[in-house]
Amino acid sequence: MKIDSRKALKFYKDKINANNQYTLTLYVCAGTSCVSSKSVEIADRLKAEIDKKGLSVEMNVVKTGCFGFCGQGPIIEIEPDKVTYVQVTVDDVEDIVKTHLMNREIVERLTYDMTDEGDYEMAFYKKQKRIALRHCGAIDPESLEDAIAHGGYEALAYALYDLTPDEVIGIIKDSGLRGRGGGGFPTGLKWQFTKAVEDEEKYVICNADEGDPGAFMDRSICEGDPHAIIEAMAINGYATGAKNGLIYIRAEYTLATKRLLKALKDARDAGFLGNNVFGTDFSFDIELKAGAGAFVCGEETALIHSMEGLRGEPTVKPPFPSESGFRGKPSNVNNVETYANIPIILVKGAEWFNKIGTEKSKGTKVFALAGNVRNIGLVEVPMGTTFREIIYDIGGGIPDDIPFKGVQIGGPSGGVITEEYLDTPIDYDSLKEVGAMMGSGGMIIMDEKTDMVEIAKFYLDFTQDESCGKCTPCRIGTKRLHEMLEKLTNMEGSPEDLELLEELALNVQNTSLCGLGQSAPNPVLSTLRFFRNEYEAYANREKPHGYRVIEEECIGCTKCKRVCPVDAISGEVKKPHSIDQSICIECGACIEACPKGAIVYE
Amino acid sequence: MKEKVLDVSNLDQDALKSLDKHIDSLKGSNEKETLIPVLYKAQELFGYLPHNLQRHIAMKMDLPSAHVNGVVTFYSFFSEHPTGTYTVSVCMGTACYVKGAKDVLERVKKLTGASEESMSDDGLFSIKDVRCIGACGLAPVMTINDEVYGKLKPDDVDDIIARYKEDNQ
Repeated sequence: MKIDSRKALKFYKDKINANNQYTLTLYVCAGTSCVSSKSVEIADRLKAEIDKKGLSVEMNVVKTGCFGFCGQGPIIEIEPDKVTYVQVTVDDVEDIVKTHLMNREIVERLTYDMTDEGDYEMAFYKKQKRIALRHCGAIDPESLEDAIAHGGYEALAYALYDLTPDEVIGIIKDSGLRGRGGGGFPTGLKWQFTKAVEDEEKYVICNADEGDPGAFMDRSICEGDPHAIIEAMAINGYATGAKNGLIYIRAEYTLATKRLLKALKDARDAGFLGNNVFGTDFSFDIELKAGAGAFVCGEETALIHSMEGLRGEPTVKPPFPSESGFRGKPSNVNNVETYANIPIILVKGAEWFNKIGTEKSKGTKVFALAGNVRNIGLVEVPMGTTFREIIYDIGGGIPDDIPFKGVQIGGPSGGVITEEYLDTPIDYDSLKEVGAMMGSGGMIIMDEKTDMVEIAKFYLDFTQDESCGKCTPCRIGTKRLHEMLEKLTNMEGSPEDLELLEELALNVQNTSLCGLGQSAPNPVLSTLRFFRNEYEAYANREKPHGYRVIEEECIGCTKCKRVCPVDAISGEVKKPHSIDQSICIECGACIEACPKGAIVYE
Repeated sequence: MKEKVLDVSNLDQDALKSLDKHIDSLKGSNEKETLIPVLYKAQELFGYLPHNLQRHIAMKMDLPSAHVNGVVTFYSFFSEHPTGTYTVSVCMGTACYVKGAKDVLERVKKLTGASEESMSDDGLFSIKDVRCIGACGLAPVMTINDEVYGKLKPDDVDDIIARYKEDNQ
C-alpha cells in the first residue's frame, strides 16, 4: 500500500501496534556474527516449537539485527522479562520453551552474569546509550511494518510537511553532530555546502565501505536498521536539493546488501521513495553500488571514482565533493553511523542531542570492542566516556586478569593509548591530543603479552597493501616503513634505524595526498612514543620481552625444565635455572609448572 | 598477435554468451560506470578473470583494455588466477590477528599446499587472507566457501581440512 500522507502513516502505525499484542517476544540476533553460529536455525526452531505448543497467539519470535554482545552469541532476549540468554545452541531450544515459555522460569545456565549479583539486565548494557543502534536488536530489519511500529519515517514526514530545507539543516547544525566515519567534520555544515551549490542534478551518498579491519558498526546498522538509513538519506536529499541517493557498500557485506535491497523495495512500494514522496512534490530514490574491496575507497573522492567504474584513487581537495562529486555534480557524502543519528535528532530535537556528550563532540559513538577483552562486541556510549569505563565496566576487563598494556583506537589510521591515559574522556579532540584518532571506532584491547612492534608492523602491512599507489610518499613510504619494521623484528636492525623510521614516518604523514597516507604512520609513531623500549630492544637485537626465572625464588626443582617442549631451560638440580631466549617459543608451560611462582613474563 | 590475445575459444562459450547479454543489457547512459558490476558478473560466471576475458570485456564495452586491467588489479575482490573448489578465507582483521590468526593461516597453508598466489596442486583449495568479516566475537575466524569456523586454534584446522579432503576422495 502507498502511504501518501502523515495521517496515513499514523493510521498504519496504530493498526500494526494494535495487532502486536504478544505477552512475550523472543528477539533472536540475526547479525552476521550470530548467524555464523546458527542463530537463524535457532529462531526457526523456536518458532516451530511455539506453534507446536499452541503458544503462537501470545508469543512471537523476531529475528533482529545485532545486539552488540557478539562475543557471547548467539543471543536471545526475552521481553518484557528482560532476560538475555547467551551462547544458545539449537539443543537449548527445548529447554527454553519448556522452562521459560511454559513454566515461566529462567534457564539459569544460559544467562550471563558478569557481577554474580543475579542481575540479568547485563552490566554490558548499563553504561551504554544506544542512539545510532537504537533499533539494532529491537526490530525485524526485514519488516517495514516493524520499522513503522517503532517510529520509522516519522522524521521524514516531519521534515517534508513542517520544515523548510534550511530549517532541517539548522537543526542538524544545532545538534552538533559530527561525521562518524573518522574525520569528525560537522554534518550540518556539509549539508549546507551542498545545498549552497546551484545545480539541477545533485547526489547524496552513503558511505558503507567500512574498511577498518576490526570495526563493524556500519555493517551492523545496515543489517539491523536499514530503514533508518533510507529515511536519513531522503531527509538529506530534501535538505540539499538532491533527487538521487547512492549507497556504496562493501562487497563482503552480503547480508547487509540483501537487507538494504529488501528495505529499498519496501520503501519504494510504500511511497517513501520514488516520485512524490509521502504525497508531496519531493522526489527521491536510492541506488546501491557494491564496492570491490579497497580500503582507500572509504576516502570520499576515492569512493566517488569507484562508483564511476574507475580505480578508487583519491583526488586533491578542493574541489570538495559538495561542489564537484559524482559525475562532476554536487555530492554530499556521509557515513552510515552519521545517517543513523539523523531521524532521531529531527524527532527529539537538536537540544536533546547536544546535551549528550562533551563540549565539542555531541551525541554518542559506537565502538567495536575486540581483542583481549572479556566482552567482545559493539558498544555505544556518550562522547566523553573514558577508556576505563569501556574496557572494564562494559568490556569486563581482560581475561585471566592479565595486566593491560594498551588499546589501539581508530584502526590502521589511529594510535595506541596506554594505561596512564585510561581516564581520558573519549572525544574527537582529546584523542587527537594523545596522538590517536576516533577513526571509524575500532577499539582493540591488548594485554601485556602483546608485542607492540609487531602490532605496528601488522598495521603497516595493511596500509602498504591498501595504498592505492597514486602518490609517492604513501606508495613507497608505507612499503619502506614496513620493511624497516620487518628488519627490526628479524633481529637485523640497529639503533640508527629508529631515527630513520621516525623521520620517514613524519615525512609520509606530512606529504601524502589523502587521509590514508597521512594517517598510515600513526600506529608507528604512537607505539614509538609509548613503547620506545621495545623498539630499542629489537634495535639491539634482543627480544623485547619473554619468560625469565627470578633466581632468588628458584629452588631448582627442574619441573620447568621437564615441561619445556623445546629444551630452552637449563640448570642443575637445586640450583637456579635459566631460560635461553633464542630458543624459547613463549608457550607458557614453564610458568604453569613452577610451584614457586619464580617465572615471570616481562 | 592481435588474434592470439583475443582468442577466447578456451573459455566456456555459454558463459560468454550470457556475459555478452549482460553487458548489452547495461548499455545506455553512463554505461562506462557499469564496469565493476560487469566484472562481478564475469567472475561469477568464470570463477576468475583471465587476460583474454578482460580484453573481451574491454572490446565489448569500448574501453581501453589497460583500463579494465587497471580496475581488475586495483580491487582485491577480483582474481586473475583460477580458484580451487574451496576458498579458505582466514580473517586477518585486527581482532583475529591479536588472537592468533597468523598461526591459523600458516597451518592452512601447510596442510593444503596452497598460498595466496596459487591454489593447491589438486585444485581443491585456494587461500585468501581477508580483512575483517565482522565476526570479531568468534575470533580467530576462517570461512571455507560459505561455512564459518570460529574460535580456532591451529590444531582445529587439521580436522577441518582433513574433512574437506575426505569428502573429495
